[in-house]
Amino acid sequence: MTTKSHPILSMAASRIGLGLLSLVIVSLIIFSAVSFLPGSYASAILGQNATQAAISAMEIKLGLNRPWFVRYLAWLGAAATGDMGLSFSGRPVMALIGPRLKNTLVLASITAAIAVPLSITLGIVCARYRGRFIDKFLSTSTLASISIPEFFVAYVVMMVLAVKLQLFPSMAGIRNGMGLGEQLYRMVLPILTLLLVILAHMVRNTRAAILSVMASPYVEMARLKGEPEKRVVIRQALPNAIGPIASVVALNLAYLISGVVVIEVVFVYPGVGQAMIDAVRNRDVPVIQACALIFAAAYIGFNLIADIISIVSNPRLLHPR
Amino acid sequence: MKGQTVTATPTVPVIDIVDLKIEAKSNDQWSKIVNGVSLSIRPGEVLGLVGESGAGKSTLGLAALGYLRPGAKVTGGEVRLSGHNILAVPEEERRKFRGTKVAYVAQSAQAAFNPVHRLMDQIVMVAVDRGGMTRGTAEKRALDLFRALQLPDPQNFGRRYPHQVSGGQLQRAMVAMAMICNPTLIIFDEPTTALDVTTQVEVLISIRKVIEDYGVAAIYITHDLAVVAQVAHRVAVLRYGEVVEEAPIAQIMERPVHPYTKSLWAVHEMPVDHDAQHGGKGAPLLAIAGLGAHYGDFQVLTSIDLEVGRGETVALVGESGSGKSTLGRVIVGLKELSSGQVIYDGKPLQGTIRRRSLQTLKQIQIIYQSADTALNPRQTVRKIIGRPLTLYQGLRGARREARVQELLNLVELNETHIDRTPGQLSGGQKQRIAIARALAADPRLIVCDEITSALDKVVQAEVLRMLMKLQARLGVSYLFITHDIEVVRAIADRVAVMQNGRIVEQGGKDQVLAQPHADYTRKLLDSVPDMAVGWLDGIVAERAA
Repeated sequence: MTTKSHPILSMAASRIGLGLLSLVIVSLIIFSAVSFLPGSYASAILGQNATQAAISAMEIKLGLNRPWFVRYLAWLGAAATGDMGLSFSGRPVMALIGPRLKNTLVLASITAAIAVPLSITLGIVCARYRGRFIDKFLSTSTLASISIPEFFVAYVVMMVLAVKLQLFPSMAGIRNGMGLGEQLYRMVLPILTLLLVILAHMVRNTRAAILSVMASPYVEMARLKGEPEKRVVIRQALPNAIGPIASVVALNLAYLISGVVVIEVVFVYPGVGQAMIDAVRNRDVPVIQACALIFAAAYIGFNLIADIISIVSNPRLLHPR
Repeated sequence: MKGQTVTATPTVPVIDIVDLKIEAKSNDQWSKIVNGVSLSIRPGEVLGLVGESGAGKSTLGLAALGYLRPGAKVTGGEVRLSGHNILAVPEEERRKFRGTKVAYVAQSAQAAFNPVHRLMDQIVMVAVDRGGMTRGTAEKRALDLFRALQLPDPQNFGRRYPHQVSGGQLQRAMVAMAMICNPTLIIFDEPTTALDVTTQVEVLISIRKVIEDYGVAAIYITHDLAVVAQVAHRVAVLRYGEVVEEAPIAQIMERPVHPYTKSLWAVHEMPVDHDAQHGGKGAPLLAIAGLGAHYGDFQVLTSIDLEVGRGETVALVGESGSGKSTLGRVIVGLKELSSGQVIYDGKPLQGTIRRRSLQTLKQIQIIYQSADTALNPRQTVRKIIGRPLTLYQGLRGARREARVQELLNLVELNETHIDRTPGQLSGGQKQRIAIARALAADPRLIVCDEITSALDKVVQAEVLRMLMKLQARLGVSYLFITHDIEVVRAIADRVAVMQNGRIVEQGGKDQVLAQPHADYTRKLLDSVPDMAVGWLDGIVAERAA
């Protein structure tokens, strides 16, 4: 096999290109949606009693008198270098979001580190013991936890573990001054809630992906070669199910970055979600834009990785004829 | 294999199937799949298991491994492997001899190899896991087998992935996989059915060689009598889950006793009931000149010239991938041509169906190989046949109903079928419905794309006979796409042979079949297995000479 210009490299390159393109399109949508909102930045900053002259002066100062696509290009150019501009409070957006983003990432990483291996293992167990008690139990309980809204899960967890048993604090307000142990201790409830929310989805999809492969003739062939059932699942079925599993994992990881808004608010956890809620409350448009862009980047990035994983896991693409 | 004397000393049979009964559940009803079968095979012996689809051949073959498909259960009898009844032990115990003592070769190697693992990994797995071999010895043995099976570049063969080798090579690789632990018995489940005829010969020769070289016993399952005549010592004919006749190969080929066996043998020589050459009168109905077609940059069809006369049957023969079906699709307008032209009834045809008039569309119909996928499973027969009647003839209500009845009678079905859905019909009946649907348009040309390939021989003969009757009655022309020379012999007026997107030879049936000019036609004809015992020996001897 020759290695020159391997099709997988060009395929990966084109996926990355498409990913960047969709990010630009998303940024355009975010920017235009925000600019076409009624009311102006300036009047929002200056308050209701501002004179027309003051508003005009402010608009000129903020550069809002330029056409919107010029502003967009300027914003995009700055954003590409990591500069998201100034928030209405006068501080750079990144300085405001940065620490929040770090908190969200910590929360997401810890949850993902537990959830991904656990859910894939449980999915495999369900597929292996299909129709047995463990499968029925997990299928029913995951269905239940998908059906219940996440805030409700959060409150139930809080009621049982924080209020009744008083094992963990109900507020997850971590601060920089706290020790690592203390921070982790306060994060237990949000992590647990997130686990309950995303595990279900991943377990069910892993199970379904493996079971659909289990109907293949090569799985029957492996059985006819006398391979033990556990090995049939892990060695024959699982490698063929990696693509679909990777894409459901990607969706859930992206959710951990962007979708945790509700959980962060319930547990008063100082993450990006909280920052976005605060920004919406204060009409702090640059911050809202930055948050939306980060969320979009997370979705696009994780899906891109999942795409590449499923390409690489397919030997038809990895080793062409 | 022929002439080899099976040892006369009394030996313990490799496998002894005693009064085996298996039932399977379908539509909430248990039906008998295997009904009291007794068979036994001595070491080194090859038993051919012959029967139509649904006769229980595969179920019986799998039972020899102590394996049942989901939804099946054993209701009686024993399978004794070296004297032990393997049906009496739990699944965990049965698993242990699978792959080591009894091995299985499936019909489609393409589906039976795991796409994500390299061939060598899959082939040596059983030997390393449970056969007590080291990876090194197992690979060495695999290499010997690759050589015995005449696989190209045996040193590097195992490093490939399944999609990187051809169908025939993959099938041989599966034989190597079955042989890796030196089993005493191999179940071959239609191992050459999915292959082209020319490939089939190669694989058959390889299979027979390893069976002989390694002295392994085998159950060879097939519906093709010509194939079984080449490999088996003894044949058991299975029908409705029962063995109707069992005898040594030479005896059963020459003097079949049971009526069912006789009927199987008879359809192999399909009646050629053409009293005279049809068609050819007046200008041809369809004339194709210099036709080419592409899939992207790939040229599938190159300078095709072909004529179909009125009331004539032209057979289009060739292996899979030769472009037969594509040509059919171009004619009916499902695929755009890139050069040349198609003249229908004196006028050039527009490229695709979107640009053809309803009048043209109605005159050229197509019937597909698989009625299962070509008929909407949720529609009743009435609706399936009735829709083209409304579309093309504007028939509605009672007149439409009457015409549906007529068409059903025409394809030798009756009004009891009218309210059924395809799921409630047999394979042959479904294909008849598909034919009736094509006839509903009142066509003058029907492109038949391998329409009998999925049917059993007996049913196939009935459908072909019916098509000939319809032609005599309606004067319709057929372009009959097939890979089966027997079918060509039975129905064609003229034959066109395709290879790599070109027509390499065409002419009257007798001329092409009796005095083929093109090398490829000769190879194709030579590859069609003959019913005679020893035909394959002849081929091998011819090559050696």
